[in-house]
Amino acid sequence: MKLSFTLNGVLVRADADPDERAVDLLRDLGALDVKEGCGTGECGACSVLVDGVHKLSCLLLAAQLAGRELTTAAGLGTVAAPHPIQRAFAEHGAVQCGFCTPGMTIAAAALLARNPEPSRLDARRAISGNLCRCTGYVKIVDAVCAAASELSEAPGGETPGAEDQA
Amino acid sequence: MHLRSSPPPRADALAKATGAERYVLDFAPAECLSAGAYRPGAALNIAHGRVLGVDASAALAVPGVLRVLTAADVPGTNLQGIVHKDQPVLCGEVIRHAGDPVALVLAESAESLRRGLAALRADIEPLPGVFDPEAALKKDAPLVHPQHKGGNLLLGARIEKGDARAALKNAPVVVRGEFSTPMQEHAFLETQCGFARLLPDGVLDMTVSTQAPFRDRFEIGHALALNPFKIRIRAPYLGGGFGGKDGATVQCLLALAALNAAGRPVRMSWEREESILAGYKRHAVHLRYTLGAERDGTLLALSCRLTYDTGAYAHLGCEVMELGMEHAAGPYRVPHTHIEGRCVYTNNPIAGAFRGFGVAQVSPAFEGLMDALAAKLCLDPLELRRKNALLPGDENCSGVTLTSSVHLAECLDELAAHPLWTTRQAWRAAAPRFTRRGVGLAAVFNGMGYGRGLADMAIAKLELTEAGEFLVYNSVADMGQGNAAAFALLAAQELNQSLAENPGAVRLLQPDTERCHPSGSSSAGRTTYTFGNALLKACAAMREKLLARAAMALFVDETQALELAPGAVLHPASGRSLPLTALARFLKRDDRVCVGEFLMPVAQDPPDTGRAFQIGFPHLFFSYGAHLARIEVDELTGRVRVCDFLAATDGGRVLDRSCFDQQAQGGAAQGIGYALLEEFKTRGGLIQTADLSTCLIPTALDLPDIQSLAVDGHEPTGPRGLKGVGEVGLNGPAPALASALEDATGERLRDFPLTPERVLAALNKRRPPSRRRA
Repeated sequence: MKLSFTLNGVLVRADADPDERAVDLLRDLGALDVKEGCGTGECGACSVLVDGVHKLSCLLLAAQLAGRELTTAAGLGTVAAPHPIQRAFAEHGAVQCGFCTPGMTIAAAALLARNPEPSRLDARRAISGNLCRCTGYVKIVDAVCAAASELSEAPGGETPGAEDQA
Repeated sequence: MHLRSSPPPRADALAKATGAERYVLDFAPAECLSAGAYRPGAALNIAHGRVLGVDASAALAVPGVLRVLTAADVPGTNLQGIVHKDQPVLCGEVIRHAGDPVALVLAESAESLRRGLAALRADIEPLPGVFDPEAALKKDAPLVHPQHKGGNLLLGARIEKGDARAALKNAPVVVRGEFSTPMQEHAFLETQCGFARLLPDGVLDMTVSTQAPFRDRFEIGHALALNPFKIRIRAPYLGGGFGGKDGATVQCLLALAALNAAGRPVRMSWEREESILAGYKRHAVHLRYTLGAERDGTLLALSCRLTYDTGAYAHLGCEVMELGMEHAAGPYRVPHTHIEGRCVYTNNPIAGAFRGFGVAQVSPAFEGLMDALAAKLCLDPLELRRKNALLPGDENCSGVTLTSSVHLAECLDELAAHPLWTTRQAWRAAAPRFTRRGVGLAAVFNGMGYGRGLADMAIAKLELTEAGEFLVYNSVADMGQGNAAAFALLAAQELNQSLAENPGAVRLLQPDTERCHPSGSSSAGRTTYTFGNALLKACAAMREKLLARAAMALFVDETQALELAPGAVLHPASGRSLPLTALARFLKRDDRVCVGEFLMPVAQDPPDTGRAFQIGFPHLFFSYGAHLARIEVDELTGRVRVCDFLAATDGGRVLDRSCFDQQAQGGAAQGIGYALLEEFKTRGGLIQTADLSTCLIPTALDLPDIQSLAVDGHEPTGPRGLKGVGEVGLNGPAPALASALEDATGERLRDFPLTPERVLAALNKRRPPSRRRA
């Protein structure tokens, strides 16, 4: 089946099998920043934003992406122009093996879009569906809160997540 | 304002944070075939059985299925294993645990592979199994490896010092206890995976998520009768390892698939359920302890017996047990020890290396008895530990004199002075209704390196590239602990380059057996120590060389007059400089390379004990830690909430504080999971916690803000004074939390994990509440 959707701001057209998972299609399209850790919705590594909403791409069918706006970690920012969340993750030591990190930053972006001034507990709740086996989460929570303060204090109130991907 | 933290982040952090970093499967060519192992035991509910036949006809009829290989198709010994080669690549006669593979399917796509695996049938006749080490050691117990001389006893060993029996007989105070610690799943986020291709020149080109690319070549070569030097292995950044990617996971199966793929690339990626079914676990251990002391708390003697369940295959079982035994008496002066260990085959899942390697299992026992002793003698538990803590120059429990750095006492002093400890009584007294509060602590340590009998070696290669940048040829895989970034930092410091101003001044090549020099595995807290030392030597040689070469171009007749500066060689007296870009063009390629090597020192005059160990006994270097936990126990549900957790760590001099804290926090987090909620369940060898919905690891809501304190020690032999800090953090939480639970409830739980059910049972046993520590 043919479908089209917006991937990180670029319109893509794809030919997908009816039972193809979104995570497989995205990776086939070159979105290698989308990781798979379990395939059953338990680990959160495959997190993406679908129309700004945090979703697990291992539990979505490719067909469900039709007409949607998809944001993956690479759509938040790049090494040359990182999103404040991504920069905060790097600067606050929130990255170890890094395999959960793209999904974690997506969960963080979804949080900050709906709650620009989260408490540490808010941050913990927002990433509680994303497993990390390396960090113990302390520095991830540090990074999410640091990114929140930076974004809320930024002139013009820059907002993270899907909103600025339109 | 956004404030930048002053030191630059880890070299790999931003690429990983933006999702740009590539892991093994991200490098796999799109045209890869898919290979997968058929592991019928779990579906047939058979953990031990005779393989009567494999019916591949239906599978071969599935469109896209190319080959179904069985043991008969395996060239070579068909045996893998790091030290003890007892694990078939494909089982032909017997499966010894539920995850044993009997066939390998090669298919055009992941989908056809799935259908092919589903269509395979195996005829397996159940055999009586053994699932408990004590039962396995009984006379007439079914044998897991009938040809093994010791029956189901893989290894029995003893470490002795002085006369523990006599000392315990005469000891004024004796405490005893039996403990059990569970299996633990590594649960790295990236499951075991790789891809491979047999090249026209006969080289097997593999890219694998592995902790030991150089050694893998020999393990594959032995199993499949291949020339190890015609196997090339690349190890990009791993998505976690923790010991579970030390030794063959996909390697031999993948190599076998590639040999049968007519030169096409093949990939293998274990699904999460397969990872849990077939991956290595932390050994479950049963421990029986007796500790004797003077009335003032001075330790006199320890006698203990440790029984490690290694599951169906040896993997590193003997070595894991060795390390546990070497740490069995804790980081204390104990003049008399009698430490017995038994490592036993069963039909349970395979146990192997896991961060804290045998030591995480013994720390709840020795610390449990330290608390028991403190209670019996009415001594402050922290004081008791401080009094007996190993000091430089002491002899440890295996009889090794500590000539290396020891800063355990300082770790304990950090806890003693910390508000979480000094305010504990008021905090405990303020427990809300239906809640009990408790505070506990633990002192722990962990050996570094391979120990005697096996060269703990690294060879570092460093190149000044044509572009005038330095390239470190990293030989030791980075599974997330940040050793690669530490290498970049060490090289930048030694070569006087600024990563803050120019992150590209030092670049990293991840392990590739073709391009990098051989080095040991990413394990044993040795990675940054051993390779870092080798790298510093390579850097020193490079600096000397560049100054000498620049002297010619700068018309300077003494190299001492020159300095290596960021991006250039400087002659401060004249202000002249030669950019590294120009210098690099001036030199031929082989002249732009320097190599340094390092061999970890070993204990001199090792004690004459532990003779059963082939390798690894004893160790000379240790990291130390003292952990403190404050918990709340829900009286109605038995749930334990960790309110505060503090880890004070002696890992030598701190090279990068953020990376240091990452290790302390991450190790403690895995330790808290191990202590409280990671209940890996098997029944008759069959795994009951088969996926991440039942095989739980801590989420962000299960852990507190773990605090890390660094005791700034100095290990003279370490690169810039550091020691390995990756493992010790895992050893403290289980004893510290059991201690806190006892403080809260008056009951010492000795079987882990400390699940709500166990806690509730303990609470019900002991109402109304009583407190042993006033």
